[in-house]
Amino acid sequence: MSIIVGEETKLVISGLTGREGSFHGLRNRDYGTDVVAGVTPKKGGQDVEGIPIFDTIKEAVDERGANTSMIFVPARFAAASINEAIDAGIGTVIAITEHIPVHDMLQTYWKARDAGVRLIGPNCPGVLSPGKANVGIIPAQFFEQGSIGVVSKSGTLTYQIGNELKQAGLGNSSIVGIGGDPIVGSDFIDILTLFEEDAETELIVMVGEIGGDAEERAAEFIAEHVSKPVVAYIAGFTAPPGKQMGHAGAIISGSSGTAEAKKQALEAQGIRVGKSPTETAQLAAETIGAKA
Amino acid sequence: MYPLAALDLLEYQGKQLFAGHGVPVPEGRVADTVEGAVEAAEEIGYPCVIKAQVQIGGRGKAGGIKVAEDKAEAEEHAKAILGMDIRGPRGEGPFTVHQVWVERASNIEAEYYASIILDRSAKKLLAMLSTMGGMNVEEIAEKDPDALVRRHVEPHEGFGDAQAAALASDAGVAEDAREKTAEMMVKLYNAFNESDATLIEVNPLVVTKDSDVIALDAKVTIDNSALFRHEDLADLEEGFIEDPHEQERMAKEKGLTYVKLDGDIGILGNGAGLCMSTLDVVAQAGGAPANFLDAGGGSKAEAIIDALTVITSDPKVVAILFNIFGGITRGDEIAKGIIEASQKVDIDLPLVVRLDGTNSEEGLGLLADADLPNLHVEKTMLGAAEKVVELAKAESS
Repeated sequence: MSIIVGEETKLVISGLTGREGSFHGLRNRDYGTDVVAGVTPKKGGQDVEGIPIFDTIKEAVDERGANTSMIFVPARFAAASINEAIDAGIGTVIAITEHIPVHDMLQTYWKARDAGVRLIGPNCPGVLSPGKANVGIIPAQFFEQGSIGVVSKSGTLTYQIGNELKQAGLGNSSIVGIGGDPIVGSDFIDILTLFEEDAETELIVMVGEIGGDAEERAAEFIAEHVSKPVVAYIAGFTAPPGKQMGHAGAIISGSSGTAEAKKQALEAQGIRVGKSPTETAQLAAETIGAKA
Repeated sequence: MYPLAALDLLEYQGKQLFAGHGVPVPEGRVADTVEGAVEAAEEIGYPCVIKAQVQIGGRGKAGGIKVAEDKAEAEEHAKAILGMDIRGPRGEGPFTVHQVWVERASNIEAEYYASIILDRSAKKLLAMLSTMGGMNVEEIAEKDPDALVRRHVEPHEGFGDAQAAALASDAGVAEDAREKTAEMMVKLYNAFNESDATLIEVNPLVVTKDSDVIALDAKVTIDNSALFRHEDLADLEEGFIEDPHEQERMAKEKGLTYVKLDGDIGILGNGAGLCMSTLDVVAQAGGAPANFLDAGGGSKAEAIIDALTVITSDPKVVAILFNIFGGITRGDEIAKGIIEASQKVDIDLPLVVRLDGTNSEEGLGLLADADLPNLHVEKTMLGAAEKVVELAKAESS
């Protein structure tokens, strides 16, 4: 097994006719992902290298059996595309687009939640289940199939860690980029839950960064609900503190949001935190070795 | 994501936004010269308040807010405040005062605190109200949590008269001010939604001796990603060119995400996470990063030339590290950018490049063919960090 995407994935790509959309969409297909359709309004009937284009996601669901959607459309139309996917009965929506207005995402988040749709992103690199399917922009050649689940806020940092794991001789069940926007469809806790339930996943690597308190909340969740070993990495120890307007932000988060605060919260729950991506991979290798 | 993509309005811009949504604010004028400030004070009448306009809190403590009883005092305060440097409560800045807001002094009976903020954890908006307004609201929230009432806005319910009335009542707002306070909360909520705000904070919200309820301050943060549908606010952003460092100004003009730091190793990464991680490993290797520069996703040759121009304009920089792991970014584009930049920008500093990910082999091939002097290609991130620290030490010794 793997999580979120796999052999059962039938992908429809909104924005496949765009430059980046076609570049990455075709890479996803070359990897073996079952890309069944693309969607661009008014371009229905065309095709992108054999992938049929429809005007709407609903048509792609009805005619091609699409069950997963990837959103690659410009920011100002992206939330509407996610909403369209939800209305069309898609079960999993992966939104790559960055700079989607937060207020749009706030509404779309609840729409997805009410409909029971799993939303990943936006502003994320997507999900890769090595050997099975790749949905998004993660360069798959740097990852092997294996038993480590990776969940990360950051795109490029995810590739870095996956690559370090590969060099340490370790593979991945799935790599999930949840995105770093203020409102994301799935957060660390959602993905940790899926990895905990996934038979193939033996260890979880969680990659966080400064800002917000998602890592702190994940630390508590892990202590109570995750039986599998977790290794973490936090980026941003050297970053200067961001400018904070007013008091409201500090009042609600209950955490300073610094890398040090996150590291301490994780270590307080017995979770090992690597100093660098390299050390994090080493900790994962040690932990898996100790388990075996 | 760091830094946050947000537009912080100046107090007077926030108050203008409030006024546009029917939120009562004191009458006032903005001025950018001492003469202009005095003229504004004369028009408004005394006593009036002269307030520094900077995109950060803590102005009062820094001496940036003064009451003038007459023309002489107005002139004295305007002179002192215009040009003053103000740091935020967490050491942010300094922010130089280029404008003052001159407003009629209010007849204050009570000071409240009101805010609406996006609560990322709950994925809901959060409305907060306290009758203990003023400067120490964070302290109050910690020591006496009940004194600050917090209510999430339920997505299917919204925030209307009923919710606002309950909030005002729970916060213990004086009876004669309750209705007006609730009305203001609804108007602030509407302003929040209609302007794509992520924060609105009024501290203090005051009740006057005539039982009027007025927003005496305005902290408003707007989501940058939504500026395309707010032309008026987008125009305001154009006016903020006051970044403290020349490099930050240059980077903003070129559309790069750059933060100046104190060290001597120039850094470029792609993606905020990898870029922050690069700073961390360089620091761990004993180096001092000169900057954070996220080239972003899908960087093209042009962006690399811009990035190198910005980094090398910092005279402190003695060595540069490019740490690229391509997803949406293609390694061949990065390599082309480096090669082009070496022809256009005068770089005599050592440059360490670590290139991995999408099309990295093509990129490394291009770099090998170009055979640039002073270019060091490293295979791993830690190796690259160690190399650049070593080169920086050799340069500065």
